[in-house]
Amino acid sequence: MPEAPHARHGARTRVVRGGSDRAATIVMWGIALLITAVFAWILGDLIRHGLPHLSWGFLTQAPSDAGRAGGIAPILVSTMLILGVCLVVSAPIGVGTAILLSEFSARGGWYARLVRRSLDVLAGVPSIVFGLFGNTLFSIYLGMGFSILSGGLTLACMVLPILIRSTEAGLRDVPDDYRKAGAALGLSQQAVIWRILLPAAAPGLLVGLVLGTGRALAETAALLFTSGYVDRMPESLLDSGRALSVHIYDLAMNVPGGTGRAYASALVLIVLLALINLVTAWLAEHWLHRRITRT
Amino acid sequence: MTLLWALRFLAAMAAGIIVLVVGFLIVESIPALRSVGLLRFINDPGWHPAAGALHGEFNLGPMLVGTLAAAGGAVLLATPLGLGSALFSRFYAPATAGRWYRRLVEVLAGIPSVVYGFWGLVVLAPLIGQWQPPGQSLLTGTLILTLMILPTVALLSEASLRSVPASYLRGTAALGLSRWASIHGVVLPAARGGILTSILLATGRALGETMALLMVTGNVVQVPRSMFDPVRMLTSNIALELGYAMDNHRSALFVSGLILMALIAALVAMAEWISDERLHA
Repeated sequence: MPEAPHARHGARTRVVRGGSDRAATIVMWGIALLITAVFAWILGDLIRHGLPHLSWGFLTQAPSDAGRAGGIAPILVSTMLILGVCLVVSAPIGVGTAILLSEFSARGGWYARLVRRSLDVLAGVPSIVFGLFGNTLFSIYLGMGFSILSGGLTLACMVLPILIRSTEAGLRDVPDDYRKAGAALGLSQQAVIWRILLPAAAPGLLVGLVLGTGRALAETAALLFTSGYVDRMPESLLDSGRALSVHIYDLAMNVPGGTGRAYASALVLIVLLALINLVTAWLAEHWLHRRITRT
Repeated sequence: MTLLWALRFLAAMAAGIIVLVVGFLIVESIPALRSVGLLRFINDPGWHPAAGALHGEFNLGPMLVGTLAAAGGAVLLATPLGLGSALFSRFYAPATAGRWYRRLVEVLAGIPSVVYGFWGLVVLAPLIGQWQPPGQSLLTGTLILTLMILPTVALLSEASLRSVPASYLRGTAALGLSRWASIHGVVLPAARGGILTSILLATGRALGETMALLMVTGNVVQVPRSMFDPVRMLTSNIALELGYAMDNHRSALFVSGLILMALIAALVAMAEWISDERLHA
């Protein structure tokens, strides 16, 4: 991407120089400072009030007194189980669909277009509507009740579009030479996909999984009526389990005096998401390009 | 070839989900649409759906007004701020600062809505409450929603600013235009379609937002008379009542879900129409 000339030489090449140009510069800097300030305010507030409540015990103990005391251990376990169900179900469907879209879409013209269009619409469905859907299909029609399984399956439906988009992008980044070389060696298309394309596109796939995990971790509304509120340690996937985000909501809205622990839980959630964000950025910068361009 | 059929099957599952989502919304809405009728969802005197089809009241109007007011206000505020933010990191920021600033906006985009809601509930609402009680109001909701959709506008607009050909910028530089004149006269018109799409996508996000608004708007079912009145959104109404709703009440909540989906489908269609126009222009 060539640098915009104005970004560097703007000050020197300017001939027409009115007051509006200076005003615009001031406005842009003002907006950026405002956004940075609000960001610092939110993050600073979370850290200032959350950090004092954070300890090893907070992560390893069960909550007591409706969450006012104790920790979040069963909630972390439930969250991880919900994420696990979500990824185990969505990954194969997502990868399969992405392979179809990137490798076979020329042959399956209308079908690929239909699939892509459906996924675009799915990506715009509000999370509370996923809640309505998951509650009806998984909890009631399929008899799973309020359970980790039901919540995980609902989230799987929700993260599919993002997962497919990222995996497809990863597959498309693989140079066409790889496919031609595979074909020239007389490999079947199946072998080309398994042995060449998927390994080469693995970083894109991983980025998709990480992004999907982030989206699922942040989700609350779709889980209220699928995985439920129970804050005990889950014994099976058919138990109800409270996700971390639901815990924050419950402490903040329904438990007077729960604000302190809500701050701490929010901080834990933010730290988990930041870790995920860092991993994605690192993968995108280091692994993604090296893997494809230098083998 | 079996592999191809297996892949087609998986893709059919992925594509089938949206059909199931819309299908269940419709099927579950039918009882209320049949026994209450569409008209009463906007004509009844109030919202008391638990009393049954005959004695209950099913007016979703105030909540629709709440949703549209908060989303509309948030889009009005987030559009100039998000666009300004995109212009800053593309044209005004020094290289390193721009990179950090963009990362910051990405982090803002990733903050979960429940955390925005929590912050709004314990920090922003009391602050506004000191000035205009009770603090949990349409204004608080609009402000939180603005914060939440701002990164969407900023990141997507910036992507479309980046896709403006570099030759355009060289042209404006050669003409000796000032930075603002070239942005205003050349860059913004060239990126118009992408910016508009980003605004539409942000609007869709605003209409569907649940948790943050549930936590900061006070959730009183009423048509707001001022920005400081508490209101309830269509989305928060579902989150508040689905847990105990029965029969027609439950079905009425699916009707509100259907209304939401219709609004968002219209936006997606508009966004696609715009990007088609852009491709064929």
